[in-house]
Amino acid sequence: MNINLTIIGQAIAFAIFVIFCMKYVWPPITAALAERKSKIAEGLDAADRAERDLQLAKEKAAADMRQSKDEAAAIIEQANKRANQIIDEAKEQAREEAERVKNAAQAEIEQEANRAKEALRAQVAVLAVAGAEKILEASIDEQAHAQLVEKLAAEL
Amino acid sequence: MASESGTLTSSEYISHHLTNLTFGKLPAGTTRYDGTVVGESGTWTFAHGTEAADMGFWALNVDTMFWSVGLGLLFIWLFQKVAKSATAGVPGNTQNFVESIIEFIDDNVKSIFHHKNDLVAPLSLTIFVWVFLMNAMDLVPVDWIPFVASEMGISYMKVVPTTDVNATLGMALSVFGLIIYYSVKEKGVGGFLAELSLQPLGKWMLPFNLFLELVGLFAKPVSLALRLFGNMYAGEMIFILIALMPFWIQWILSVPWAIFHILVITLQAFIFMVLTIVYMAMAHDHH
Repeated sequence: MNINLTIIGQAIAFAIFVIFCMKYVWPPITAALAERKSKIAEGLDAADRAERDLQLAKEKAAADMRQSKDEAAAIIEQANKRANQIIDEAKEQAREEAERVKNAAQAEIEQEANRAKEALRAQVAVLAVAGAEKILEASIDEQAHAQLVEKLAAEL
Repeated sequence: MASESGTLTSSEYISHHLTNLTFGKLPAGTTRYDGTVVGESGTWTFAHGTEAADMGFWALNVDTMFWSVGLGLLFIWLFQKVAKSATAGVPGNTQNFVESIIEFIDDNVKSIFHHKNDLVAPLSLTIFVWVFLMNAMDLVPVDWIPFVASEMGISYMKVVPTTDVNATLGMALSVFGLIIYYSVKEKGVGGFLAELSLQPLGKWMLPFNLFLELVGLFAKPVSLALRLFGNMYAGEMIFILIALMPFWIQWILSVPWAIFHILVITLQAFIFMVLTIVYMAMAHDHH
């Protein structure tokens, strides 16, 4: 166990290894480690973000769905209303039409009746005159009695 | 496995396994292991037996350097391969493994060291992995590599660099140098000296303070080096002692000890690293 030159040899070797390690070993490996660390952090961040996005998208989809449902319900309601309205309108129209037809028919009936009355009246006058002629058997001046007969017919 | 060493006695076997392969210059007039005397100008050779002591400071433990540099290159090669192809995407198996180590180191550094310094984290990584790899050589059965080496004509081969006090002290002194450097850089020479001399007891006790703080300062590298060295040396010694026993009992003892040692080698590498971070943080802190 002698102290000799080996002590210096070992120190030199030590120095060389340390310097080499400091220049070519430590920096690249720690740089790679740091880079990986930041990559992982980014990845985790992205995952978080994606999860948040997914959550938002889900919420949006649900909101859209709700809105669509509401809209559909509104449309259906409106359609129902419209249908009812149309039915009502149709009913009204039908009623009016019926009224109109009825009125027209009534008017025509009245007209017919009047016309028949008129005809009857005319015939009654003739018949009355003829009856009276028969009854009197006398020759009565038609013209002298026409006024009387017409008065009678107007009273019918 | 003692039987493979044949003619060696137990103590020779142990000391053989605890001797480094040292290359250096034997001074003139030294009597060699085989009785020859070194000539006038000395001789450059590998030490044999206790000759390493005669070589003094200017000798190199070739096996320590070989294994520590080899394992350091293994560490650098593996981590640099990953660093080159490092991707922020899905990591492969190797990258995953390397990243887990780096994150472990980074967590430790961040929890202890709160200043801005690009050196501390790579320094800690190098210490942890390199010391771990050097310690892990402990788990290779004690005779395998020395046996192969002796077949190749290399007479000594200590494969665990951290059982050589030179290796641990070399690293600890480098850390010590960094402590001094950053103390001066962060606080200035005056600030550093003030920190050494004006606490804990105020300026009237300056010599006492200085003595106390200097002891504390120099204890840092010494404790750093000797803790690692002592643990690994003792562990290796136990493996060698187990290897001296009859072969049928060896695995009963060496397997539990090896399993326990997996904990020890990791823990020692970790302690060396954490203490380095703590010392660096203390160097940056203003008291």
